[in-house]
Amino acid sequence: MRVAWLTQLLQIVLVLALAPLLTGVTRKVRARLLRRRGPPLAQPYLDLLKLIRKEVVVAGNASWLFRTAPYAVFASTWVAAALVPTFATGLALGAAADLIVIVALLGTARFMLALAGLDVGTSFGGIGSSREMMFATLAEPAMLMAVFTLSLFAGSTELSSISAFMLGPHAGLNISLALALVALIIVAIAENARIPVDNPATHLELTMVHEAMVLEYSGRHLALIEAAASVKLLLYLSLIACVFIPWGTAVAGAGLAAQAVGFATYAVKLLILGFLLSLFETAIAKMRVFRVPEFLGVALMLGLLGTILLFVSRAPH
Amino acid sequence: MSVAGPWFLSELAAGCVGWLLLLSPLAILIARRRHGSGLTYGACALASCALALVALLALLSPSPPAAIELAVGLPLGRTILGYDPLGAAFALIINVATALVSGYAIGYGAHAREPQRVVPFYPAFIAGMNLVLLSRDAFSFLVGWEFMSLASWALVASDHASAENRRAALVYLIMATGGALTLLFAFGLLAGPSGGYGFAEMRHAAHLAAAPLVLVLALIGAGSKAGLVPLHAWLPLAHPAAPSHVSALMSGVMTKVAVYGFIRIVFDLAGPPSWWWSLPVLVVAGITTLLGVLYALMEHDLKRLLAYHTVENIGIIFIGLGLALAFEASGLKAAAALSLTAAIFHVFNHSLFKSLLFLGSGAVLHATGERDMERLGGLIHRMPVTALAFLAGCIAISALPPFNGFVSEWLTFQAILLSPQLPQWVPRLIVPAVGATLACAAALAATCFVKAFGMTFLGRSRSTAAAEARETDGWSQVAMLLLALLCLLAGVLPGFVMDALAPVMKLLLGARLPVQSSEPWLRIVPIDSARSAYDGALVLGMIAIAAAATALIVRRFASHALRRAPAWDCGFPDASPATQYTAGSFAQPIRRVFGGVVFRAREHVTMPAPGDTGPARLEVELHDTLWEALYAPVIRLVDAVTARVNLLQFLTIRRYLTLVVSALVLLLIIVGATR
Repeated sequence: MRVAWLTQLLQIVLVLALAPLLTGVTRKVRARLLRRRGPPLAQPYLDLLKLIRKEVVVAGNASWLFRTAPYAVFASTWVAAALVPTFATGLALGAAADLIVIVALLGTARFMLALAGLDVGTSFGGIGSSREMMFATLAEPAMLMAVFTLSLFAGSTELSSISAFMLGPHAGLNISLALALVALIIVAIAENARIPVDNPATHLELTMVHEAMVLEYSGRHLALIEAAASVKLLLYLSLIACVFIPWGTAVAGAGLAAQAVGFATYAVKLLILGFLLSLFETAIAKMRVFRVPEFLGVALMLGLLGTILLFVSRAPH
Repeated sequence: MSVAGPWFLSELAAGCVGWLLLLSPLAILIARRRHGSGLTYGACALASCALALVALLALLSPSPPAAIELAVGLPLGRTILGYDPLGAAFALIINVATALVSGYAIGYGAHAREPQRVVPFYPAFIAGMNLVLLSRDAFSFLVGWEFMSLASWALVASDHASAENRRAALVYLIMATGGALTLLFAFGLLAGPSGGYGFAEMRHAAHLAAAPLVLVLALIGAGSKAGLVPLHAWLPLAHPAAPSHVSALMSGVMTKVAVYGFIRIVFDLAGPPSWWWSLPVLVVAGITTLLGVLYALMEHDLKRLLAYHTVENIGIIFIGLGLALAFEASGLKAAAALSLTAAIFHVFNHSLFKSLLFLGSGAVLHATGERDMERLGGLIHRMPVTALAFLAGCIAISALPPFNGFVSEWLTFQAILLSPQLPQWVPRLIVPAVGATLACAAALAATCFVKAFGMTFLGRSRSTAAAEARETDGWSQVAMLLLALLCLLAGVLPGFVMDALAPVMKLLLGARLPVQSSEPWLRIVPIDSARSAYDGALVLGMIAIAAAATALIVRRFASHALRRAPAWDCGFPDASPATQYTAGSFAQPIRRVFGGVVFRAREHVTMPAPGDTGPARLEVELHDTLWEALYAPVIRLVDAVTARVNLLQFLTIRRYLTLVVSALVLLLIIVGATR
């Protein structure tokens, strides 16, 4: 029990500490692939530090919602990330929220941010909110369908149980799992505003979605939103690592050595996934906005197909 | 009987309903006096509180209170009144919402222009709904049902000056009559040739042959009242036409009475279900869920948007009911209990947040005179309390944690994940599709409420009425805040709601969910903890702690400087609020993705020629495909027939006599031929 709490506390701090580093790694890799030198790995930390020291400029007619939304967004994302096992399963608070709750917590964060985008009443905020929610109407069900597939496969919606099942002898190669993985990757790309869905580095207002929504934010508020975006990327990569590459993860009640192994393998998994993400991003061009629903529709259909296959193939117990 | 003896619960409940009925004629006398409407609404609120308390006691008492029998009713029949757990649970749900809505009406009703058109029908409406839940025989059930329909019809027609409202009232009256007629047939079939109209007699009568027909009739009769597609057409017309507190009752409460009617007939009276019963329910529910939310997204009238969302939520409730039928027919009692609990929990949740949202829209309507979101905006500055309560309702209805809407959807998802256990392959194909529909609907609902809240309360005011809005009165504020608080509490402490519904499950299914109140940390565990668990209190706590910690760190380490400045305008300063995103532009991506198929949406862009300074125009064409395909042909047919038959009105007396004689001769020939 004490181990579970320690793991949980460590994880709460860890996701926060590692998230900017992961963002730094993806930026660095991308820059190197484009034959640029790229910013130092610690640049996201420095950016955040700089942002929180800066003055906040708030639009004249912004309401209390505009100023509280960053805290709500950051807190929900942080809580969701803290509930996804990273280096060890069996988290103390894992029983409070299953995978569906984690998806819904991200939904709460998105809801608040979309509202904040509309608060000032500029066209940029509106276009960003509108498009972000449009992506979400397909990405969230696609994600839930992937969750359904995993849950039916493992007989549980708890991430620890799913991860343990994947490590166990009953998991094997399965077409539904492959479909769920593809769906999850597409959703991860869309939800984290990566190329080809959105471009986190763009500064042309009409091509941005996520960035347009947060255009009015500055200073500590922007720092919180940037941090939340980093944590969200870490969350998705951790989720894929936890479910689809569960090897090495310390199981509940494991000793110190196993925890260390879990930590090392987790770092390696993150590096590999971050590298693959950057590789994919440099290899593909950004889509037009109205191609994105088709892209996400593929994810939804793959997730649904995976679920239906499991529904049909599973004999009643 | 002995347990209920000292409490006289059935007598108390019947007394409250009688008091409400008595209140109606009294209200005619005092409606136009000063404080007259306030007094009536206050009395309604008290009666609802009393009914809620009685229902709670009836639900918690180990054996249901004894029913009372009155020697009125059908010839040779008697009226039986009393709560069983199902009736008590629904009575508790609807009276909590009704009490708060009535409290709101104390303040809101004072602004009514013609209170004498609203106030007398209001208590009768509540009495009708309560009579439906209290009745233990078909006769009083239908009397209550008709009371509810007619009183609400009068309320819809109260603002009869606008043609739109008159049309809404007409459509509603036709749908309500048809629905009541099908329910009458359903009860007739259930009573069978022996003609026992008490629920207890129906339960014991064997009517296996007629049971499928009863299911269809219940689906049409209760479904038309609840708003199942394609019988939903009257909801978006009638719910917004009524005064806002009545809209809240119709949308948040009356649809629940319809759900009760369906559960009572199909789960309680119609006998053991066959597995295929679930199929029509699930298919209709899935379509209702998706279409309801898509219609809502296309809507810019705040109250119509909310009415379409009622359609969506009724779909979610019926998904749970359909799953429960499938599980029960296959003997999977625990899964059936989970599905039915999810459905009734959603009934409770929807009664709270939909009432809250309609009350909020009423406050906005009163403050600005506008229901069109394209002419609102920026109200969060002018109406902070309403905005806060409305925001809570928006989060709750969008099924986002830690509010209550999420819990019932989570439970429904858990029920869907149990359905591979079903032995038949047809539901195993349909259920995942229904699950995907539910997931889509949840995300679309979130989009729709970003639109609803964002366009109404955020941004800059799009009209002077919105810019000069004043916060609503104290009664209304307190009622809305209480409803918002209940939404949060039901989301954080769902275990108590699930435990309270256990007697209903025992009555209908003979099984119940595990006891939730013994779980550690207030979490809920529908099947077993290795499978799934949710802890709303802990999630809320974690978010609160995380937000507080963040705020502390920011406070300690970050710069405190804050400067107000104009918003970023790319160097093109334009003060006009018309340049903001509107509800139409917000929904444009959705219209483009989904609308082409569902609404045959077309956009016509007219660009002025180069050099012409005239404005460019964008026209959007949307079709209500369901109305055009199903209702319009019927209306055309009725019109054509009546146009022909209308000739009969202008005949001479000679021709009338000829008609009468020839009809008589014809009948005599028929009688003679068949003898």
